[in-house]
Amino acid sequence: MPVSDYEPVIGLEVHAQLLTRSKLFCSCATAFGAPPNTQVCPTCLGLPGALPALNRRAVEMAVKAGKALGCKVQRRSIWARKNYFYPDLPKGYQISQYEIPICEGGSVPVPAPDGSIREVGLVRIHLEEDAGKNVHGAAESEVDLNRSGVPLIEIVSKPEIGGAEEASEYLKSLRLVLMYLGVNDGNLEEGSFRCDANVSIRRRGAQKLGTRVELKNINSFRFVRQAIEFEIERQAGVLDGGGQITQETRLFDSEKGETRSMRSKEEANDYRYFPEPDLPPLTLTDAFVEAVEVPRLPHQRAADLLAAGVSAADARTIVNDVRLVELHGAIAAAAGAAHARRAAHLVVGEVSRLRNEKLIDLGAPRFTPDQIAEVFRLQDAGALGSTAAREVLSEVLTTGKPPARIVEEKGLALVSDDAALSAVVSAILARSPGEIEKYKAGKKNLLGFFVGQAMKELKGKGNPSALGALFQKRLDDG
Amino acid sequence: MIDRRQVRHVARLARLELTAAEEETFAAQLSHVLEYVEKLNAVDVSGVAPLSFAGDASAEEAWSALRADEPRPGLPRERALAAAPAQDGAAFVVPRIIE
Amino acid sequence: MRALGELSDALARGEVTASGALGQCLDRIGRLDGAASGRAAPLRAFLRLTVEEARAQAEASDGRRREGKALGPLDGVPVALKDIFCQEGVETTAGSKILAGYLPPYDATVVARLRAAGAVLLGKTNMDEFAMGSSTENSAFGPTRNPWDPQRTPGGSSGGSAAAVAARLCPGALGTDTGGSIRQPAALVGCVGLKPTYGRVSRYGVIAFASSLDQVGPLAQDVRGVALLLSAIAGKDERDQTSSARPVPDYGAEMQKPAAGMTVGVPREYFGGGLDGEVEAAVRAGIAVLEKQGVRTRPISLPNSPHAIATYYIVATAEASSNLARYDGVRYGHRARAGALLELYEKTRAEGFGAEVKRRIMLGTYVLSAGYYDAYYLRAQKVRTLIRDDFARAFGEVDAVVSPTSPHAAFKLGEKLSDPLAMYLNDIYTVPVNLAGLPGLSAPCGFTRGGLPIGMQLIGRPFDESGLLRLARALERETEWHRRLPPLQEDGDARLRL
Repeated sequence: MPVSDYEPVIGLEVHAQLLTRSKLFCSCATAFGAPPNTQVCPTCLGLPGALPALNRRAVEMAVKAGKALGCKVQRRSIWARKNYFYPDLPKGYQISQYEIPICEGGSVPVPAPDGSIREVGLVRIHLEEDAGKNVHGAAESEVDLNRSGVPLIEIVSKPEIGGAEEASEYLKSLRLVLMYLGVNDGNLEEGSFRCDANVSIRRRGAQKLGTRVELKNINSFRFVRQAIEFEIERQAGVLDGGGQITQETRLFDSEKGETRSMRSKEEANDYRYFPEPDLPPLTLTDAFVEAVEVPRLPHQRAADLLAAGVSAADARTIVNDVRLVELHGAIAAAAGAAHARRAAHLVVGEVSRLRNEKLIDLGAPRFTPDQIAEVFRLQDAGALGSTAAREVLSEVLTTGKPPARIVEEKGLALVSDDAALSAVVSAILARSPGEIEKYKAGKKNLLGFFVGQAMKELKGKGNPSALGALFQKRLDDG
Repeated sequence: MIDRRQVRHVARLARLELTAAEEETFAAQLSHVLEYVEKLNAVDVSGVAPLSFAGDASAEEAWSALRADEPRPGLPRERALAAAPAQDGAAFVVPRIIE
Repeated sequence: MRALGELSDALARGEVTASGALGQCLDRIGRLDGAASGRAAPLRAFLRLTVEEARAQAEASDGRRREGKALGPLDGVPVALKDIFCQEGVETTAGSKILAGYLPPYDATVVARLRAAGAVLLGKTNMDEFAMGSSTENSAFGPTRNPWDPQRTPGGSSGGSAAAVAARLCPGALGTDTGGSIRQPAALVGCVGLKPTYGRVSRYGVIAFASSLDQVGPLAQDVRGVALLLSAIAGKDERDQTSSARPVPDYGAEMQKPAAGMTVGVPREYFGGGLDGEVEAAVRAGIAVLEKQGVRTRPISLPNSPHAIATYYIVATAEASSNLARYDGVRYGHRARAGALLELYEKTRAEGFGAEVKRRIMLGTYVLSAGYYDAYYLRAQKVRTLIRDDFARAFGEVDAVVSPTSPHAAFKLGEKLSDPLAMYLNDIYTVPVNLAGLPGLSAPCGFTRGGLPIGMQLIGRPFDESGLLRLARALERETEWHRRLPPLQEDGDARLRL
């Protein structure tokens, strides 16, 4: 049976590290990249006698994520112990949430190619602590517990995703939302945003779900697509051959582009969940939940930009980049909503270019949005030509110097003084009798020629509209 | 009540190696205890909520007792590794984990 | 050997120095406790002494006192610690081979509080392994003997702390109580032991057995000693989010208030079959003493009491099976020789844990495992609610509940080792108190004809340790049980009197 006769059914589980400064249950720092075992304490080391102490900020961030994704935020949720043995799990159990998670339901907005939004349903979001890291050598493995205890939210989707491409779009969208919220930094390579996929297939039109296989170790969007595509084909092959799908966990081998069975899972884990006795139930007041602010989300920002006249392409580029969308918003606020389109061009164009060349750092910019707005104003008032304006903008972006000073230092100010311009107008008219005749005969577009000549004479520093007005007056009047 | 096979299963879950004699003895002793605790089946617990949390904190107290998000230095690495039976100066060492 | 309160007064008056008091303790320990004592049956209350640190602490205390800067009533008072409390840099084993040689890099909160109060930390006392037991026979390092009869156990799991106090090796000690492990040994050795309300004292740094049941508590010769120790350790700890923010009363003052006018309930279920006749008689005599002082008594019923042991051995073992998963040979403790990871785990734990610990881990794993959770663990937690509600109802009519602490006096070493269940039934009166999270105290109320101590248990409303101390003090005022000394033959010394 061709693969296309099978319908893939995919559910995704994302583990996203929260951007708290300290761990979920202790005060150790969460910064990535520290030397092994330098951000540890009795609690995250699982020493005898240690106890967990819950971080309030982690709860706030989880609620923020839940609200942003339209979840029901449970006013009372319970911590649970998930018991299993592994070297990176120091207590021999993970403190997580099981029967009653902090958020239920909700959905992730996933943009379709045609620009519409499809909401992929969520089952739940819950808080839990991360495990440490194992690094494998030839005969031994090393355990680094810096990451042990870092707060995670686990976001579980309903099995409503229909294919590899959609899975990739879902992940991109979810990642972006979490970055907008300031809750996660979206770093797949560093492992702060991790994804497992549950993949099953069934004959098209069938109601019953097929046996699902869990795919782990997928740390890029490209690998997500590859892994899921491979797995769908693999399962189709098994079923076509008359076999049955084994419910199991498979690892994605990125070099071979294949999924393979995990040997160590001899039997399914019995996690023996029970309520965590060392922590009270998590109780949230209505006031607290209501006070948690949710900023506008990517698809909402995109709609705002389109409504403000920004092109669809520019809008897409901007909203997909947290820094760009923040910058655009700030410039539009400083300059006025009418400048949204122009700000978009700038952000998508010059700003992105300079950032790529590492000439500006949007995390610590030298310029301010007010300065950008100032350049726009100068241009609109006729004090700067369009080329000059571009030059000033580049310099403002890279140096943060006040625009007025740049204009002065570079002598970019447009000549708008009528008296000065009149002289040039006269000179041009004097040497262009033929064109004057043609103009008077009806070729009105020769105005552009005259203005162009005057601009050459003024080395580009004439105010084109002022020149145009002067030429027109002189030509029409006499 | 609980046979040797079940004892073996539970011992595996608990990562305890048992000798054959221990399996036998524990099966008998655990069965004896389980028989005793079976008496709870006679208790009428309809409508009763489980007592999972033993503390007394009201919701407000529990919330205000939550920790502020301030990182603090923990144990210096030397001390964190000091009690380890096998460590290489930077990390805890275990036999190769096979995935 | 002075009782803790009297020692505190004597230190304050300058009649004795901290160094002097410490010297007396070490001297007595040397003659009675250890293998070096030369005795045929040393007590073995202590697993190790921290002599150098204690001497330094005593000197520092004397120095402070000379400058008029004493820290409070515990400044200079020697206190023993059950080997379940993490003490920085001091071997802490929880009575288990799996932690032999383990040096914690931090202090338990209660240890830090005792230090801050100026107490002199004498050493670590023997206990049943991971606090699992009622006789201290489950210690991996050999049992402790009852000072009243060396062929008998001192009870457990805080047997070492209880024996040390009863034998006057030190004026006070800390223990822990999960199902009776402070109260039962206190009763069996004739001293006062208190298990506070769940959450009254921080559990941070206390090696965990059953997290929803464990509590730290004091043991001393008399009520005042217990009150002084409790005052030093009670109170909220931000590191333990199960600890209570309720203000801590001045227990020393509270205990002196007369008990007249209080009402005490006598639960019929606690005076039924299985209770030794002499124990019952002594407890009823104690009740009569209270009545003579104006305490009213009335019969009450705690109908779900018969289910307490079964409930306890499901809930406690379940939590323990999870709490003890961290002992895997990776970051601390014993590690077996093993080539592969699974072998490492299984052998390490097989070699490191004793039989009772293994039994409880397996039982706990079983009752949490797939297919059994609802039938065992969930059901037990519901019965627990019923047990707690029984008490809540009773406290609508009475201020405290009285019962025997243990169904019998101290039993012989080895007597109850063949049947685990027989050992578990020692805790029949104490376990409900932990399940309900209530405060419970044991006070001496008599002796058997054979000269073994008998204890009376008082159970209070949540956070009413004061009420219990008042009642116990009332009993103590009119009796001399707490002053009797165990018949330890000493080289040439007459029986020491206070």
